[in-house]
Amino acid sequence: MTHILPTTAPRRSRGDGFLRKTWAVLIKEFIQLKRDRVSFAMIIMIPLIQLMLFGYAINTNPRDLPTAVLFQEHNDLTRSIVAALQNTRYFKVTEFPANEVELDKLLASGKVLFAIEIPANFERAVRRGDKPAMWVAADATDPVAAGSALGALGMAVQTALAHDRAVPAAQPQMPFEIRSHARYNPAGQTQLNIVPGLVGTILTMTMLVFTALSVTREIERGTMETLLAMPITPIEIMFGKIIPYVFVGFAQASLIIFIGVFLFGVPIIGNLAVLAALSTLFIACNLATGYTFSTVAQNQLQAMQMTLMYFLPNILLSGFMFPFAGMPVWAQWIGEALPLTHYLRIVRSIMLKGSSVSDLHYDAAAMFVLMLVAMAVAVMRFRRTLD
Amino acid sequence: MTLGHESDHDVVIDVHHLTKKFDGRAVVRDLSMQVKRGQIYGFLGPNGSGKTTTIRMLCGLLTPDEGTGTCLGYDLRTQTDQIKTQVGYMTQRFSLYQDLSVRENLEFIARIYGIDKPSAAARAAVERLGLTGRENQLAGELSGGWKQRLALGACTLSGPQLLLLDEPTAGVDPKARREFWNEIHALAANGLTVLVSTHYMDEAERCHEIAYIAYGELLARGTVQEVIEQSHLTTFIVSSANGTGLAELTHELTGRAGVDMVAPFGTSLHVSGRDAKALEATIAPYREHKALEWKRSAPSLEDVFIDLMSKSRDNFQ
Repeated sequence: MTHILPTTAPRRSRGDGFLRKTWAVLIKEFIQLKRDRVSFAMIIMIPLIQLMLFGYAINTNPRDLPTAVLFQEHNDLTRSIVAALQNTRYFKVTEFPANEVELDKLLASGKVLFAIEIPANFERAVRRGDKPAMWVAADATDPVAAGSALGALGMAVQTALAHDRAVPAAQPQMPFEIRSHARYNPAGQTQLNIVPGLVGTILTMTMLVFTALSVTREIERGTMETLLAMPITPIEIMFGKIIPYVFVGFAQASLIIFIGVFLFGVPIIGNLAVLAALSTLFIACNLATGYTFSTVAQNQLQAMQMTLMYFLPNILLSGFMFPFAGMPVWAQWIGEALPLTHYLRIVRSIMLKGSSVSDLHYDAAAMFVLMLVAMAVAVMRFRRTLD
Repeated sequence: MTLGHESDHDVVIDVHHLTKKFDGRAVVRDLSMQVKRGQIYGFLGPNGSGKTTTIRMLCGLLTPDEGTGTCLGYDLRTQTDQIKTQVGYMTQRFSLYQDLSVRENLEFIARIYGIDKPSAAARAAVERLGLTGRENQLAGELSGGWKQRLALGACTLSGPQLLLLDEPTAGVDPKARREFWNEIHALAANGLTVLVSTHYMDEAERCHEIAYIAYGELLARGTVQEVIEQSHLTTFIVSSANGTGLAELTHELTGRAGVDMVAPFGTSLHVSGRDAKALEATIAPYREHKALEWKRSAPSLEDVFIDLMSKSRDNFQ
């Protein structure tokens, strides 16, 4: 205590010391960065993970698109055609419906992107050289995914069948006709695909940010201490923080959809009430996810970093920017874990295809489960004490 | 709440051997204390001594690593929900919502405690606190004294049985401090129990009973008089005209046998020691100086605390 002052006055360097002072700040920043392990990890992990993830996952020329084939007759030729379709690698025949109603339903629910119908007496007509028609309906809500596959369809099938003994040899032209029909978005307008997608993407971003800061803000401002000292439970705090933004999100969703309809001419073929209900579920799901980040993050900066980190896969792996069906299976699994993936299917299906709840129950259930998981994690992570 | 017998009813805080560690370092060690109903109990100690940690354990914000105890008859570990409904806690740092107005903050708290007609309760509190005219001001824009009043109003709003005030008067001017203590005494007269932590010695003297904590250990407790008597400290006050020669004397006496503490107070010096004989032997030559006037005195509470603290540090290291 008695020797606080130095015994000799310290020497000081002359001059303005611009470099020295800059250096002092630089060292301080590095030390702080080193202490902030999350930021440090982000610097390395964000480029690494994102590059690996998206470098491999994104494919604008999609493969293995789910396809349903309705056979009105079974024989070597029809089998060859299916094999040829698979060989193009654009198509993967996953469903064999029994009738046209089922076929339509598969396309409407989004289970398949292509519905192919081979009519009765097809083989006989081919042998006679009548050039019968094979019907192909494509789900063009995502014109990118549908377009390239349809383009490749004719040539690929012909090449594949060239050496097939079921087809009469030395036939210069296509032995049958392919009548393709782009459903739901016949003109292939990209905005019909993009605008409903934007509803989901914008909601994801804004909703996450609303709640991602809510708990960390209370901790950083010191108000959490007062809150925790009062008789209130984590669930009460969570619902109290999420519910106001459900209304905000609903207003926002209405605005985007309104603009989409009146400015971009996107139709709403399906039920508006169903769209509103499922949009509300999606909003709540995102708010719950943001709230979870808020309980995991140490401070507001970390919460924002997590939000960004989460937002990128939402953009790239949900089917918003690139066809979902074209991604490798592991990337599709990541996509299935994102609420946006399910909401995009819902919003596109309702607006463009007029799908009903029964077509969409899987995606609605998936969003609900994701919301419950996020809430459960948030309640478990919420620290009731300052320990 | 069922209570065994009358004597239990009088003890509001009853904790035994509380220990709390952060990262393996004990911040509170083996702390035991009892506070009776209607008492103003002063909790004193230097910065980082474990006062805040103890208070947080009492209101359920921290879980003790070791030890047991009850607060208002409820178990500190298992019944924190019940404790929270009946304890008002005023944090060291202002921790109400800065972006809500005075009235909005009070209404929020009233709603959480389930008080009927929260707006009416908030309005009444505004009047009680003398905040009329400021009820629509944002809490963050209030001055230190008014923030403190608001915080006191907030933690008493639910009608708690026990108030835990963590350094409530830090950074508050003397007039506001005095008014604050008048309020505390008025509340205690109504049967409210108040545990208040502070650095200020004059505030310690306003408490019915005090406890002194340093380095996580409770070193002394009792009334102010009892704490001073327990210290067995001998103190001399040396004074001189304009304080001349005192700096030299400080330098010469520090560290000598029997001298445990030398502290300047304006134109006088407090020289204290635990061993009265050794102290007297050391200062004997200096008592002959004509310029210095020596007077034996009772140690001040501050002398006692500084001594307790240095003793405790000796044990600690």
